[in-house]
Amino acid sequence: MLLANLQASGDGDDSHWHLEDCHDSHDEQFDVSGTALHHIGDANVYDFSFFLFKGHLSLPCILYAPGDGPNSGLSVFSSGKFKPVDLHGNGMHSNKGYILLESKVHRVYDPSFPDHSTIECVSHKKEMVNGKEKEVMYVKVQGKEYPVDVKSTLDGGLVGGGITSFYDFSITKNVLAMMLIALILGWIFIGMARKYQRNDGKAPSGIQGFFEPLFEFIKDDVAVPMIGHKYLKFMPYLMAIFFFILFLNLFGQIPFLGNANVTGNIGFTIVLAVITFLITNFNGNKDYWKHILWMPGIPAWVKLILTPIEIVGLFLKPFTLFVRLFANITAGHIVILSFVSLIFLLGNSGESVAGGYGGAVVSTLLTLFMMCIELLVAFIQAFIFTILSASYIGAAVEEHH
Amino acid sequence: MLLAVVGNLAVIGAALAVIGAGIGVGYIGGKAMEGISRQPEAMGDIRANMLIMAALIEGIALIAIILSFFISAAV
Repeated sequence: MLLANLQASGDGDDSHWHLEDCHDSHDEQFDVSGTALHHIGDANVYDFSFFLFKGHLSLPCILYAPGDGPNSGLSVFSSGKFKPVDLHGNGMHSNKGYILLESKVHRVYDPSFPDHSTIECVSHKKEMVNGKEKEVMYVKVQGKEYPVDVKSTLDGGLVGGGITSFYDFSITKNVLAMMLIALILGWIFIGMARKYQRNDGKAPSGIQGFFEPLFEFIKDDVAVPMIGHKYLKFMPYLMAIFFFILFLNLFGQIPFLGNANVTGNIGFTIVLAVITFLITNFNGNKDYWKHILWMPGIPAWVKLILTPIEIVGLFLKPFTLFVRLFANITAGHIVILSFVSLIFLLGNSGESVAGGYGGAVVSTLLTLFMMCIELLVAFIQAFIFTILSASYIGAAVEEHH
Repeated sequence: MLLAVVGNLAVIGAALAVIGAGIGVGYIGGKAMEGISRQPEAMGDIRANMLIMAALIEGIALIAIILSFFISAAV
């Protein structure tokens, strides 16, 4: 399947297809924010390129549309049905009422939408939906315009815009990256554990030389000072989140492997913070809850004021945990993409050659500098997440002096 | 190259948040330098704690930036 999707450029006339805008509003300006948001977002197709070698992996789409409608219920198909896909991730064909726009699957609710049809153009319109003004996309197929629904997000379309009507459970780029990194980490650490069992007492060799300092650093400087003598119970969790976040941050920085930005996805970081929250509160002993709800040692009227503040703090601490990770990684990616877009802006989208080359020199230096900072940020953010989780767990299991 | 000026008040809010982060992290850096100059053998400990504190303060400033993204997208 992988070999069937590898293509050199110039593969018949379908590969030069490009989805046009319906209203012919060809503003010559390069859309920086749209490009940046498209590149850091999730995608239902996996495009990776390595100098001249282009690869395109069609990931399976698992979609569920509740309620009644032309394509309600579970639909499972490969996103190869939307092929050919142009450079912006728009698929030419529709399949079962679903279309691929900007690398994400969208749904057309209209029952009269013809199946397996060719999309001619797309347009964006602002209209009032449920009393709020949202931007809705329309596709024109066989001369008729149909409104397009986006996948449902738990915020009710707050950030995505548009009408939400189906749930997207597909194996997307981020899910594939997570599974790949989890397998790589499992292979590395299980191999290392077996090696330690075999060479008991001998000096470390091979890849142990790289991971052992990191491991000892987390154990001696994070787990033991923060948690105390009960650290062994929580060590697996701390190790897991440290290495998982570190490897995912680093993987999202590699531009060749499709830029699978997992830690910059707010859903992923929310889940990590929720797991930390659950582990902290399920292991809290009586002293911990007493300190939150009815802190001893202060007069009664101060306790009444302090309890709501402490309860808010209980939820606020994991909140800052995940927003910090998400915002750092996303901000870094947006800055790097803005520097790369500088080439297009200075070269006036291909019109000015001198501007393009000068812009390329400036942009490459700036991007190199920014990527070094991003490397540092990847390590620091993984470490901060781990040490703060350890500190919250330590506060929960701390015994009375 | 004509670039239109678009945006809303959320953008100004995000930029103001960065001022706070700049002042805070600069203060930490200054105090860390002072601490290292007073006791050069504690350089490793001071450096580690400085990085941790800087990340915590930047976290708060980045919360403001992300909220400004959400607010400008929701309006």
